[in-house]
Amino acid sequence: MTRVRKKRSVLPGFGLSMGFTLLYLSLIVLVPLSAAFLKTSALSWDQFWKIILNPRVIASYKLSFYTSFAAALINAVFGLLIAWVLVRYRFPGRRIIDGMIDIPFALPTAVAGIALTTIYAEKGWMGGLLKELGIKVAFTPLGIMVALTFIGLPFVVRTLQPVIEEMEKDVEEAAASLGAYRWTTFRRVILPELLPPLLTGFALAFARGIGEYGSVVFISGNMPMKTEIAPLLIMTKLEQFDYTGATAIAVVMLLISFLLLLAINFIQWKSSRGLLPR
Amino acid sequence: MALFLKKAAAGRPYKRGAALLTALALAWSLAGCGSSDTTTNASATGGGSSQASAPKDVKLTNVSYDPTRELYDAYNKAFAKYWKDKTGQNVTVEQSHGGSGAQARAVIDGLEADVTTLALAYDIDSISDKGLINKDWQTKLKDNSSPYTSTIVFLVRKGNPKGIKDWEDLIKPDVKVITPNPKTSGGARWSYLAAWGYALKKNNNDEAKAKEYVGKLFKNVPVLDTGARGSTTTFVEKGIGDVLLSWENEAYLSLNQLGKDRFEIINPSVSILAEPPVAVVDKVADKRGTREVAQAYLEYLYSEEGQKIAAENYYRPRLQSIADQFKDKFPKIELFDISLFGGWAKAQQTHFSDGGVFDQIYIPSK
Repeated sequence: MTRVRKKRSVLPGFGLSMGFTLLYLSLIVLVPLSAAFLKTSALSWDQFWKIILNPRVIASYKLSFYTSFAAALINAVFGLLIAWVLVRYRFPGRRIIDGMIDIPFALPTAVAGIALTTIYAEKGWMGGLLKELGIKVAFTPLGIMVALTFIGLPFVVRTLQPVIEEMEKDVEEAAASLGAYRWTTFRRVILPELLPPLLTGFALAFARGIGEYGSVVFISGNMPMKTEIAPLLIMTKLEQFDYTGATAIAVVMLLISFLLLLAINFIQWKSSRGLLPR
Repeated sequence: MALFLKKAAAGRPYKRGAALLTALALAWSLAGCGSSDTTTNASATGGGSSQASAPKDVKLTNVSYDPTRELYDAYNKAFAKYWKDKTGQNVTVEQSHGGSGAQARAVIDGLEADVTTLALAYDIDSISDKGLINKDWQTKLKDNSSPYTSTIVFLVRKGNPKGIKDWEDLIKPDVKVITPNPKTSGGARWSYLAAWGYALKKNNNDEAKAKEYVGKLFKNVPVLDTGARGSTTTFVEKGIGDVLLSWENEAYLSLNQLGKDRFEIINPSVSILAEPPVAVVDKVADKRGTREVAQAYLEYLYSEEGQKIAAENYYRPRLQSIADQFKDKFPKIELFDISLFGGWAKAQQTHFSDGGVFDQIYIPSK
């Protein structure tokens, strides 16, 4: 978020473009969201608290946020690795792998959910192997995490790739020539440069995970208090034609997500200005 | 965030296309599911070659639920032919399918349906509460406005390795039962009430005993899918569980599509009479001027031909003559209906509302 400065820009048309931006955002994002708030406002505060502080709802919030956070974290680490390899190295099949990164974007979520469940169920080949080790994936929070990791990967890779492409190799070479070890080079030269896009990718993957429904309901098992995600509870409310109850849960998710994204953006803003301790 | 957009703009288009194609191919091979879709049946004449004297073509929209796909596919063709012969008018029926509750919400939110054919009266009542359907809709047609019925049966693996014969076997400690979540699936509500009704009958209407039984039953459920088709997939494709509580017609479809050598159907001693109701959406039909044909569309479901098509699609017919024809297909099961629970509104309130009996079964279990 940049502040509007009273400085004559070289490019004309700020007023018009800003106006258009606000109009577009309002129509596409703000109006539908405000409808959710309006629907919720039909509830009294008492009813509202009762709905959103119900133990089952709290359990689902926790589950949704924890699993999304964990999945986004895993994606941040491995997405960075994949993006690095795809940009910096040339090997046969690189283009194909690069194309495959987008599959989770394009795949209908239900298809992703069914495919993942089939593989990770106890009879599936991954699930079978993991069962030997005493690890259950399908129908546990771990399974939800797997689904969200699958969904979130492209966000991290696609935000990092262009930045890595634009990074100059000579900075690394300079660091090496000054006697920096590889790890030092990575920590002091490469990572600071990549931190802002990494945080953006993380935030996108995280936000996507919180709202994800289609791919999760197949692998989660939807057991009350254990593996019910918040979007599922919204669906159960709708199934009872309880629109206001559903929007109450949705509004809380919206607020928490917004605050978290704001916090992540703030860290990103700081890091891009080099204000974070290294 | 801007970075992300930049990448999208600068992305190499051919790669993007390749990814999409790969994904589409994958999606195609895996076959999507559960989404509501719309199919149009061509009118019987196969083309709008209407002369000036013939009445105008008419279009009906039938908003239905998931398991009736095959049924209405066949029925719409038959009805179009009947209507053409009777009035000379071409009728095209557009179908929409999805979860029963979701479909009812779509109609409430403005999906223009001339008729609805849903899984339970409660869903049509909800549309009626919004003033789109007259309050007395259930008295408009015969048999509580439900032209065909179904029931809940058990699907077990071939050879019935766990020896499941009746409801009592479902609460054995080593039996895993698959059924969807009653909070999100109409079919699961029927299954739940069938189990409850059995326990009431067994224990002289002792509600506490019934609750204990259903509680034990759900302790044996390892996965609660959101819909009937999802549960079928879990049981059939993923090989999870020993018994699937299923609509009778879904059980037969599974059997026919997946081979009789893998599963068998077990009919319990008692079960519930599921009455999927149908209704004209008065507000929409009047607005569009389709009332006459919409009414005829539903009434024709009760005709011999309509009943026969229902029976061929594994719904139990109401008409005795057709029922006799298909008696090998539908074995006698002692059935009780929703009145045992004081009607749908009451059953929904008692069992499936938030904090209701179903929730109590799970909470405060940690």
